[in-house]
Amino acid sequence: MSAASLKVNGRVHRVDVDPKCPLLYVLRDNLELNNPRFGCGVGQCGACTVLVDNRAVRSCQLTVANAVGKEIVTLEGLENAGKPHPVQAAFIAEQTFQCGYCLNGWVMTTKALLDKNPNPSDAEMRNAFESLVCRCGSHVGIFAAVRRASQSAKRSA
Amino acid sequence: MAPKLTVSRREFVKDAGGLLIGFSLADSAVLPRVLAAASPGSVAGPSPSRLDSWLRIDKEGLVHVFTGKPEIGMGVGTAYAQIVAEELDVPLDHVQLVMGDTASTANQGGVGGSTSIMLGAKPLRNAAANARYLLTQMASRRLGVPADQLEVKDGLVRAKGDATKSVSYADLASAGDLNDALKVSGDGFGLNVEGPGKPKDPATYTIVGKPAPRVDLPPKILGHFKYVTDVRVPGMLHGRLVRPSGVGATFAGVDESSAKAIPGFVKTVVKGNFVGVVAENEWAAIQSAKALKVTWTEPKQAFPEQKDLYAYMRSAPVKASKETLKRGDAAAALSNAVKKVEASYEFPFQSHATMGPGCAVADVHTDGITTVWSGGQKPHELQKGFAELLRVPIDTVRVVWVEDAGSYGRPGFEDAATDAVLLSEAAGKPVRVQWMREDMTAWGTKGPAVICDLAAALDAQGEATAVQFTSRAFSGGETHFRPGDAGNYLGAQLTGIPNTTGVDEFAQWGVEAPPYAFQNIHAMAHVIPAFYDSASPLRTTHLRDPEGPATSFAVESFIDEIAATAGADPIEFRLKHLADPRAKAVLAVAAQKAGWDTRPSPKKAGAGGAVATGRGVGLSTRNGTYVGTVAEVNVNRKTGTVRVTRFVCAHDCGLIINPEALRTTIEANLIQSLGRGLKEEVTFDRSNVTSVDWITYPVARASDVPDHVEIVLINHPELPSSGAGEPSSRATAAAIANAIFDATGARVRQAPLTPARVKSALDAI
Repeated sequence: MSAASLKVNGRVHRVDVDPKCPLLYVLRDNLELNNPRFGCGVGQCGACTVLVDNRAVRSCQLTVANAVGKEIVTLEGLENAGKPHPVQAAFIAEQTFQCGYCLNGWVMTTKALLDKNPNPSDAEMRNAFESLVCRCGSHVGIFAAVRRASQSAKRSA
Repeated sequence: MAPKLTVSRREFVKDAGGLLIGFSLADSAVLPRVLAAASPGSVAGPSPSRLDSWLRIDKEGLVHVFTGKPEIGMGVGTAYAQIVAEELDVPLDHVQLVMGDTASTANQGGVGGSTSIMLGAKPLRNAAANARYLLTQMASRRLGVPADQLEVKDGLVRAKGDATKSVSYADLASAGDLNDALKVSGDGFGLNVEGPGKPKDPATYTIVGKPAPRVDLPPKILGHFKYVTDVRVPGMLHGRLVRPSGVGATFAGVDESSAKAIPGFVKTVVKGNFVGVVAENEWAAIQSAKALKVTWTEPKQAFPEQKDLYAYMRSAPVKASKETLKRGDAAAALSNAVKKVEASYEFPFQSHATMGPGCAVADVHTDGITTVWSGGQKPHELQKGFAELLRVPIDTVRVVWVEDAGSYGRPGFEDAATDAVLLSEAAGKPVRVQWMREDMTAWGTKGPAVICDLAAALDAQGEATAVQFTSRAFSGGETHFRPGDAGNYLGAQLTGIPNTTGVDEFAQWGVEAPPYAFQNIHAMAHVIPAFYDSASPLRTTHLRDPEGPATSFAVESFIDEIAATAGADPIEFRLKHLADPRAKAVLAVAAQKAGWDTRPSPKKAGAGGAVATGRGVGLSTRNGTYVGTVAEVNVNRKTGTVRVTRFVCAHDCGLIINPEALRTTIEANLIQSLGRGLKEEVTFDRSNVTSVDWITYPVARASDVPDHVEIVLINHPELPSSGAGEPSSRATAAAIANAIFDATGARVRQAPLTPARVKSALDAI
């Protein structure tokens, strides 16, 4: 165990954990941030996705030691002063998802994608999403939400 | 802002239902009143014969509804809110739900069989109608206006034509106890209540039938929602399991030394072949389970080689048989046939492989109250089973359903909860267990492998005169789909409790696939014995639409084969052999929407490029619901790769409650079942399931999603609602297989329709 400082959603947290512990468990169990979710633990589904320095990263595959000094953002950090992030607003408007357990991965990956490429082609979108799983099969609504969020990103650009 | 995440256990119990399903209980007195009704030391649920067991109105005018039915991600909670708001004439957002808490909701059997609206909504609709009746009577006395001269709008009862005479539900409810005795009938899924208040005529609906945004989605998308994975209680430890080295392996010893060195390790729990660890935090539990050196005896070679699965099934003894359809003399017609069509279809074991591996928290007190938080979709069954497992009275066990990932049957959430119960009992502390991915995919329950053999007779005119169907399958209920017995659970079986809960459940033509109106028809279903009786990773139970996709893959493919032999268009051929107008209607509507090209399959060979295109259809009829699905595909002739480019789906489930949530549920059903048709297959060796993750158990991914998915909803307000959770899963694999045949002339009769199987069928032409 050793002390580490993690900057999450703009706040610095000191935690005393095994430096080899994946970031996911520290976010969930030490910081009680619920939205990075355990889906597979082996980087195959994306349910644990967080933004690390604006890149979508699987928090089950990143050790705490390697997360120190980085800007970490979780789904909890997307809302701004109680206002949904445009990506969240788009998913809500499209009524996307069945159970929603996977949605953290899709919303965070969409945010990272649109920040880099506000108007992705269908192929670019599918490519960015190929490593995510939605077991319920809500993909049609997900794609519609990404297109909607892309439109709103273009408008505000 | 999200509510505070860690609450005291007491507060948690008090508010659990409301907080956890994402609605706030504005009047926190509601739940304790229910609990107060029980005797001390008991968490017995409410009696269904009391109106206030179902519905309460607080002083703010909010309507609190208590239902034993959980939400498993298809929006049933929103539909219930619509139904109650409709009957009471209150705004939709005034209705709040408590779902699946055994201490505060009546036992409605939990979720299953796509019955949550069809059956589960009835007592809620009737309770709301009776609440309205009672409130109107109270208002009549208060206002001095005859009840039939009163109207209700937005929870305000007022005299027709005299706005000065009005009183709100909130005022009426706070003045007196809103309660009445209701007549109870049925139980489980069929539990119903009735009273003097009658529900509205559907023709007058203003809320039911209109699109309503799902109440659970904004909190989920904004990150405020609490799943069962997010339940934390003070003093909670974390548990993980160490499973046997294979089926039938028994515990031979454990060396704890390496686990003991892990900071946070608490203890090892061994009970027969049940082995687990508990630790102070999740990472320590994971590390400890990995580090623990457990010795097992050699596992049994209980399974055949995977390549021999279907040969094994054909040679296995028959355990039970059932005749499901019989008309005329199919055998005689077949022996007199001018032409015969014969084909066999094979469908593999499939896994629930839920998005999140099962998770639960258990706080066991065998001398007091035990509480278990679980996402299992039948909480009242778990209450019964855990009471038996712990040898305590049922009224001392409370199961609080909290949403987990989509359960789609009996996926193993029940087994994860059992693991938490066993570990909590041994540790003397509350324990949270979340399975690892391999626990879920490899050791979770499975949908059964199914073989269907079909034969049809054609006469001299090419008319189909007889069809014979024989299924040979593992039972769909080796582990009972109602998890209400201790012997039902994997962990309990590992401790030595025998599985006595199995039932013979068949793959039945006539139930799981449309009963076409052929002149002579005969369908037999056979069940073969389970590979291994106890704690088998290939134990079967209900997976979404049990046996439906398998049986329908066979029947709906075969109907196409007969049509092709008869030189008929697949839809015209079906219409000709169907009597039910609603079945015909979904086919006709889907055909029209798809711009169906009416002609026999296969398509005439075109230029012969690398990619062939085709269209196929599948029909699903299920307990009063009708679905016609058209699939359009691209087939790569060189690689055998199939891509579905378009789905058109016509769906009739009687009265529609929420068209928006229905549409998204059907869309998701189509994509999930596309994955089941093209990719999903549990792999195994002689002793173990080798599908352990998303690589070894692939499901639909972004690249598999068709470019166009079009849903046509057919509403029948004059008919009762039937189910929508499963019917559109059913015919997808057949529609795709039929489209592959249409494109290429290659018939693939073994699911999933992988590139290797398609290529092999192409090579065989």
